[in-house]
Amino acid sequence: MHKKFADGVSALGRIAVAGVEEAGYVFALLAESLYWIFFGAWQKQPVRLRAVFAEGMAVGVRAVPIILIACFATGAMLAIQGINTLRMFGAESQVVLGISLSVTREFAPLIAGIFVAGRTASAVAARIGTMQVSQEIDALLVIGINPVRYLVSPLLAALLLTLPALTVLANFVALLGGALYCSLMIGLPVPIFFDRAFAALESADIMQGLIKSLVFAATIALVGASNGFMVKAGAEGVGRATTRSVVLAIVYIILIDTVFTYLLSR
Amino acid sequence: MERTPVIEVENLVVRYGQREILHNINFSVEAGEIMVIMGGSGSGKSTLLRHLLGLGRPASGSIRLLGQDITRLSSRQMVELRKNIGVSFQGGALFNSMTVGENVELPLVEHTKLDPNTIRIISRMKLEVVNLAGFENLMPSELSGGMVKRAALARAIVMDPKLLFFDEPSAGLDPVVSAELDELILRLRDAMNMSMVVVTHELESAFKIADRITVLDQGHILMSDTVAAVRGSANERIQNLLNRRPRAEQVDPEAYLARLTGEI
Repeated sequence: MHKKFADGVSALGRIAVAGVEEAGYVFALLAESLYWIFFGAWQKQPVRLRAVFAEGMAVGVRAVPIILIACFATGAMLAIQGINTLRMFGAESQVVLGISLSVTREFAPLIAGIFVAGRTASAVAARIGTMQVSQEIDALLVIGINPVRYLVSPLLAALLLTLPALTVLANFVALLGGALYCSLMIGLPVPIFFDRAFAALESADIMQGLIKSLVFAATIALVGASNGFMVKAGAEGVGRATTRSVVLAIVYIILIDTVFTYLLSR
Repeated sequence: MERTPVIEVENLVVRYGQREILHNINFSVEAGEIMVIMGGSGSGKSTLLRHLLGLGRPASGSIRLLGQDITRLSSRQMVELRKNIGVSFQGGALFNSMTVGENVELPLVEHTKLDPNTIRIISRMKLEVVNLAGFENLMPSELSGGMVKRAALARAIVMDPKLLFFDEPSAGLDPVVSAELDELILRLRDAMNMSMVVVTHELESAFKIADRITVLDQGHILMSDTVAAVRGSANERIQNLLNRRPRAEQVDPEAYLARLTGEI
């Protein structure tokens, strides 16, 4: 009994140490990626614009279709629920306010973040993990190319540029989804919907979503890359890192979103 | 001509956690020579190579490459030094997302300001050297094992390094291809006057290419001498390695029992 308790405590201790170690690793990775983005040229190891754009295509532009679909559906869903709820009070026309605020502050950044996390965190962990296993990371090092500068900085820059852009797109499409449903169900013309939406929104609402999307972008890049770099052995390790990075990235995004919403909505 | 060492390892000690992997390693490689590091599995030769490449942190000791102690260099100085060092990894470690040509061009793209056409020509020249002319547009996954090794070699020599490391050139290759690779190593040394460190456990290949052989065993250097001296060595462990005799280790019954019943 006594031994079991001691084992339990030491296991807890190990988990805590591993957690702190990983958190430290992630923040060191963030600092180093940013360092290369801003001072790489001075160290004669610039982060190449070409690499940033290539990553931007892969993680941002190619994510546009699924984000269009998901956000359009979400906007329509919010309209359905909003109209049903507000009908109880005979206030269907107020639905525009609810949709606009929840879309711009919450759903557009969250859905864009989650979808990009699902696509990108896993892909990055798998790519870097495979490179780790096949000694490609070592090869970069001995050629004199810093792997963080070469692999993580372009990704981080690309996500910081594209995720806010995707969020803006998501805002519009979700509002459009809501507007179309409203025009069908309560005969509210689409231009009127948008007029009311823009009247209801303040720039702070949009900014709140965009600031969140920047934090999500960094989270996705760092969770994916750190899990990839931490792969020690074999194909199984790569698989585990891939799964872990998607799950962690999405969980972190939701937790961060909760904290932000609490802080910014007061 | 006075020969100066291009690699000097002094009192190198490497630990993984509590376990000491390399015990007080001392050896040197002269300019223009091919040094083969030999040893069985678990002898510490891979660990030694990782540290020679600056990929590990030694517990103590110094490693001087081309006169500079890599355990003390700043990362920027290290990058400068690495431009003079080529490495061909065991599995090739070609970047799978790039073509063979892009792989070979990468060090030039990153470290020089040459224009793209010059870079392309230089990389094609290196591919010619390793008999892979015309393969630059293939992806690494489309190459055979021997071709991957040769492409990796082309990438390793593209900056005309003074020092070349080669990890297990013959691992996973058939005897003919592996003999061709040995020939290539010798030709490269003669043509470009490189110093080379080749890690291998293939005896035949080691005797063919080596000027000197360093024999590692359980983290100790047994010997670092010419091929003839190593062959003539009276050391039992070296003879075991050369004659492929299984190790006949004494079993300590007490220690054996302690291992089996430990922590129960």
